[in-house]
Amino acid sequence: MTKFEIRGLRADVLIGEDERQEILTGVDLTVNSNETHAIMGPNGSGKSTLAYAIAGHPRYEITEGEVLIDGENIVEMSVDERARAGVFLAMQYPVEVPGVSMSNFLRSSVTAVRGEAPKLRQFSKELQGAMKNLSIDSGFAARGVNEGFSGGEKKRHEILQLELLKPRIAVLDETDSGLDVDALKVVSEGINRAKETHEMGTMLITHYTRILNYVKPDYVHVFANGRIAESGGPDLADTLESEGYERFVKAGA
Amino acid sequence: MTSPSTEPKAHSHGLGEIPFSKLATHGSFDVNDFPVPNGREEEWRFTPLRRMKGLHDFKGEADGVDKLDVDAPEGVTVEKVGRDDARLRTAGLPADRVTAQAHSSFEEATVLTVAKGTALERPITIERQAQGGTRFDQYLIELEPMAEAIVVLKQTGTGVRAGNLDLHVGEGARLTLVSVQDWDGDAVDVTQHNAQVEKDGTFKSIVVTLGGDLVRLSPKVAYKDRGANAELYGLYFSSDGQHHEHRSLIDHNVSNTRSRVEYKGALSGKDAHAVWIGDVIIGEGTTGTDSYEINRNLQLTDDTRVDSVPNLEIFTGEVEGAGHASATGRLDEIHLFYLRSRGIPEEEARRLVIRGYFLELINRIPIEDLREEIMEKVEQKLAAHE
Repeated sequence: MTKFEIRGLRADVLIGEDERQEILTGVDLTVNSNETHAIMGPNGSGKSTLAYAIAGHPRYEITEGEVLIDGENIVEMSVDERARAGVFLAMQYPVEVPGVSMSNFLRSSVTAVRGEAPKLRQFSKELQGAMKNLSIDSGFAARGVNEGFSGGEKKRHEILQLELLKPRIAVLDETDSGLDVDALKVVSEGINRAKETHEMGTMLITHYTRILNYVKPDYVHVFANGRIAESGGPDLADTLESEGYERFVKAGA
Repeated sequence: MTSPSTEPKAHSHGLGEIPFSKLATHGSFDVNDFPVPNGREEEWRFTPLRRMKGLHDFKGEADGVDKLDVDAPEGVTVEKVGRDDARLRTAGLPADRVTAQAHSSFEEATVLTVAKGTALERPITIERQAQGGTRFDQYLIELEPMAEAIVVLKQTGTGVRAGNLDLHVGEGARLTLVSVQDWDGDAVDVTQHNAQVEKDGTFKSIVVTLGGDLVRLSPKVAYKDRGANAELYGLYFSSDGQHHEHRSLIDHNVSNTRSRVEYKGALSGKDAHAVWIGDVIIGEGTTGTDSYEINRNLQLTDDTRVDSVPNLEIFTGEVEGAGHASATGRLDEIHLFYLRSRGIPEEEARRLVIRGYFLELINRIPIEDLREEIMEKVEQKLAAHE
């Protein structure tokens, strides 16, 4: 059982040498393991900034507040320490790293997060199984990390990493964007498998309600103007679907 | 570092603005045809002359000794020949005073000949260990028509060395040269490669420069006839105070010839200095030339210096392809962020990215053991700065 807490989080985006802009204006949220929280909101509301700030992206800086995993503040940790503490960010735009093979990258990453190198044969079997579940051709393991992958292929590989790394808290940033229905199903199944096979809290950041048909949220939060504007149960998503975000955008203006 | 930020551009400088051919204007076998450089000349302005240990104005005695081991399979003739051997003056002219000095001063040349139509079963390996002193050398590797060979030249040890390595690729022949400059930290090496490629011949060169205090390597390619092809690849890793200079010159002096030049380097540590000069000449009246050159540099620390000068001179309107690109940058923090966001510690992430940067180039080396050896040396140099 893990408690993931965000308390009074404020963060800036770093635009240039001396230029910055506050995006997160005080975020409070608690996610327990086995809970799925959908974070929904209009474009530009700061949803992705929240995800990047949690992961420690170099272009965002937390100015105030805490992010706690079982009471331990990860804000002071480096990016890789956060990951090893159990934070996983599935990125909206996964990064291409030329020349680093996917299999090499995954083995290094699993070794770092698990604290010991997995046995080669065992890992290879685990990897092949996980790839098959996500309908990823085995040839991708030899390719450079995300190099030349289509949008959908990149998203599948994010979920592949989720399944292999078994984080305590998964932040999924618009994992559904740009996917057709078939790919959305495959990816959603992967998220649900991860939720079933190990204890994990999930923050599902999305603009659309479509993915919520496949990954059922326990809570729905509306994100606007850099903080959570309203929280509710799964039915809040239906309200948003019919009414849109207009009410929240106006409220902040 | 996904792709160079500089888009390739073709330049046309027009006739009369510059000498017709750098080869014709700057070459001679005789050291006395070159004035002693003062460091302000175009071809010397990047080279720290005071660290050349007298090579640019040589007055002493060539007292250096090399330990040379040549391992050649059947089908190769290895000879030691005197200065008067006519074959030693066929591949092209030394382009600067130091390589002309080497040609004027060497006493005995090493000549390797691969017989006509012979495809070697294994590579020729030349292990050259410099054992101090100053020494001038002349090598010739000759592939007779339709021969195929891989030559690995591994250079280690210390001393002051200048020389010419002539490479004659016969009609339809294929030569791959891997030249490794793994000198001790105080060595000086000024060398010119002179490749002559006959009709339908292919010359591939992979230069790996890791060691030495000062290495200045000038690979030069000239074509004898149509269908000739040259690919020059280079990898360098320059650490504290090292000067690594590569100056390629491709002379598309006949029609329907092809060239590719790709040099990639990394620099790390105080006053590491890398210079890349990429000259390509597409001669007057030629047609169907296909040429591209690119240089990339990764500055791992702020106290390093890169000079990268692509230079394309075109004297004809009938070119199939001519492009150049140069990009110098730092490690991409977003690459590192992605790897680290998966738990990989920073040092290991850096190592993975740098390994990835060099991988494609290293994979061009056709011998697996050598690929691994070089990747290991690169990682050792990298580790020395962490």
